[in-house]
Amino acid sequence: MIRRFKSFWQIVRRLSGDDAYERYLEHFARHHQADPEHVHCQPLSKKEFFKQWQEEKWRGVKRCC
Amino acid sequence: MKNNLLKNAIWLLIAILGASAVGGIALNRGESINALWFITAALCVYAIAYRFYAAWIAATVLAVDQTRATPAERLDNGRDFVPTNKWIVFGHHFAAIAGPGPLVGPTLAAQFGYLPGTLWLLFGSVLGGCVQDMVILFLSTRRNAKSLGQMARDELGPLGGTAALIGTFSIMIILIAVLGLVVVNAMKHSPWATSTVAATIPIAMIVGIYMRHFRPGQVLEASALGVTLLLLSVAGGGWIDGSETLRGLFDHAGLTLAWWVMAYGFAAAILPVWLLLAPRDYLSTFMKLGTITLLAVAIVVLQPDVKMPAITQFIDGSGPVFGGKLFPFVFITIACGAVSGFHALVSSGTTPKLLTNERDIRMIGYGGMVLESFVAVMAMIAATVLDPGVFFAINSPAGVVGKEAAAAVATISSWGFPVSVEQMQALAGKMGEASLFARTGGAPSLAVGMASIFGSAFGDGLLALWYHFAIMFEAIFILTTLDAGTRVGRFMLQDMLGNIWPKMAETSWAPSVILTSALVVGGWGYFLYIGVIDPNGGVNILWPLFGIANQMLAAIALCVATGILIKSGKFRYAWVTGLPLSWLIIITSTASWQKITSDDTRIGFFAAANNLSDKLAAGTLPPEKAAIAPQLIFNLHLDAYLTLFFVALLWTIVFDMLRVCALHLAGKPIRPLTEVPHSPSQLAAEWVRD
Repeated sequence: MIRRFKSFWQIVRRLSGDDAYERYLEHFARHHQADPEHVHCQPLSKKEFFKQWQEEKWRGVKRCC
Repeated sequence: MKNNLLKNAIWLLIAILGASAVGGIALNRGESINALWFITAALCVYAIAYRFYAAWIAATVLAVDQTRATPAERLDNGRDFVPTNKWIVFGHHFAAIAGPGPLVGPTLAAQFGYLPGTLWLLFGSVLGGCVQDMVILFLSTRRNAKSLGQMARDELGPLGGTAALIGTFSIMIILIAVLGLVVVNAMKHSPWATSTVAATIPIAMIVGIYMRHFRPGQVLEASALGVTLLLLSVAGGGWIDGSETLRGLFDHAGLTLAWWVMAYGFAAAILPVWLLLAPRDYLSTFMKLGTITLLAVAIVVLQPDVKMPAITQFIDGSGPVFGGKLFPFVFITIACGAVSGFHALVSSGTTPKLLTNERDIRMIGYGGMVLESFVAVMAMIAATVLDPGVFFAINSPAGVVGKEAAAAVATISSWGFPVSVEQMQALAGKMGEASLFARTGGAPSLAVGMASIFGSAFGDGLLALWYHFAIMFEAIFILTTLDAGTRVGRFMLQDMLGNIWPKMAETSWAPSVILTSALVVGGWGYFLYIGVIDPNGGVNILWPLFGIANQMLAAIALCVATGILIKSGKFRYAWVTGLPLSWLIIITSTASWQKITSDDTRIGFFAAANNLSDKLAAGTLPPEKAAIAPQLIFNLHLDAYLTLFFVALLWTIVFDMLRVCALHLAGKPIRPLTEVPHSPSQLAAEWVRD
């Protein structure tokens, strides 16, 4: 029961974008820090990331009739 | 073998159950019919279509390839291209496609009775709308998530591309105007509704500031706060309505509200997205999903009786809600929920960027539209559980049934749908409204239907709260579509003007932003203004125009799809998109033809314009009508030319597609397919290893 609730909660977080920053950090660790050329790169701060993420999300047709 | 036999037996049972349910609602001629029949028929039709037709299209016609890397995998950048869990993509896709359209269209089409609309919703979606959404999703996925307009240009030619672009822009303008009109009619002289809808704006801003500055990125926290405030605002609206001093502040005529909606649209287009648009969208998505789930549960628990007859006498074209015969106007009135061209814009460009594997295309493209169609069926139920007399009293404009309550009930009762002034007053009182007569646009009657379903399922004492909750729920996502649409329109216009003067394309250059926003708002604001001053309610004119535009866009999308299928050597499967395309061409052209040439003043634009100018010349119009008559006449001419333009655009792209296909079939050189070559998916391989 608790496990089900947890996975449901995860879906809600994922759908709403609540965990977007965590996923960005994971993506960053996988793709940037593994690469020796980019090892000195720092990920964006949560506030900065969220700003860019929101701008990105609202480009193009996102809502219909 | 045994297992297979069992499976076949289950599908056979579903088929028999579905056929009996469809037969049941089609042949019922009794006083009423239980809503559970509708739900059963819908679920069986969807299940069979999804299991067999959609699976066959995916496997044989499209040949989806799960070993092929999708754009989300190949171009993964952690931002817009992100391979995402299929349920999450489904959620995003559904939230993007399902707007107020599937709620309003079925409500209006209920004037023909419950049957025509329901059948079109069921079969139009599984054979048309779902196929369109799935095929466009597939084609865009194979083309690096290109938009419909780009695909039209690359695969058909510049003519097709331009037609798609203009089609998109015009449908946006008409859509926003008609949605604005629906909100205005819901708020007209209703302090409760107006104050609740007004409160959603500061609430959205509070949520926006919360997740931008106070707790950046805490989306769920901020949304929970916002939803709580929204529910409080519904109750607060009741308090304002009861207060003698405050209610005057929010008690306005339609025209005043229309100006406010325009001012709001302009502000939303130029303000930063994080302040208004994004937070409002969170709230509206949560409200939308929550309310739709609640409605489904309430219908199943309560099993209300549908009181509207299967077919009314208005199939002859004399209906009060909108003029026009069953064919073709039921197919125009219900666009969203059966087939909606607008979805092609989300299925191309937006959703493919998240798709992890091609095998999910059936579930997301076809399944997403199935769910939207189901929402539309529920809207049809909510509209038809009302007493037919009440339904017509709410939805008939004053210009058709008479301005005075006594005259209106006399007219409606004479049609065989008995209703009395006392009944309407008692209902309005229960809903916390001064009057429910002539509240056209579909939102109020849907809200009355939803309130009575919710009221019977969860407690009758709170009817007024449920009613205004339903109005708020409709208004909040209508306004989300309105501001998102105005913004998209602004970007498209900036892009188009950028071809003439490159500086106009800079999305942050203030003069360009203000000019293009004002032009877009001016475009839909004009139609909204005319709709509000029109004594026949405006919805009567605007909704069919929107339906024609939306079906035209669907036809453009299906042209692109059919063209690509034939170019890929799949001529023998081209009927999968070709059949719905032909049907859309037939209904759109017929409806446009009637709208332009009909002698009936309630259908033909020119007929209505001539009738009005004759009356004006003869001096038989009362002074207040004579004052607005020149504007109405001008508008009727404009609408006629606009319809002509839509149908010309449609035929242009149809001929362009046929030209490309004929050249291909004759073995002549044409533009090559722009499908991205196969590259193997790493993700699929990883999953197999797990």
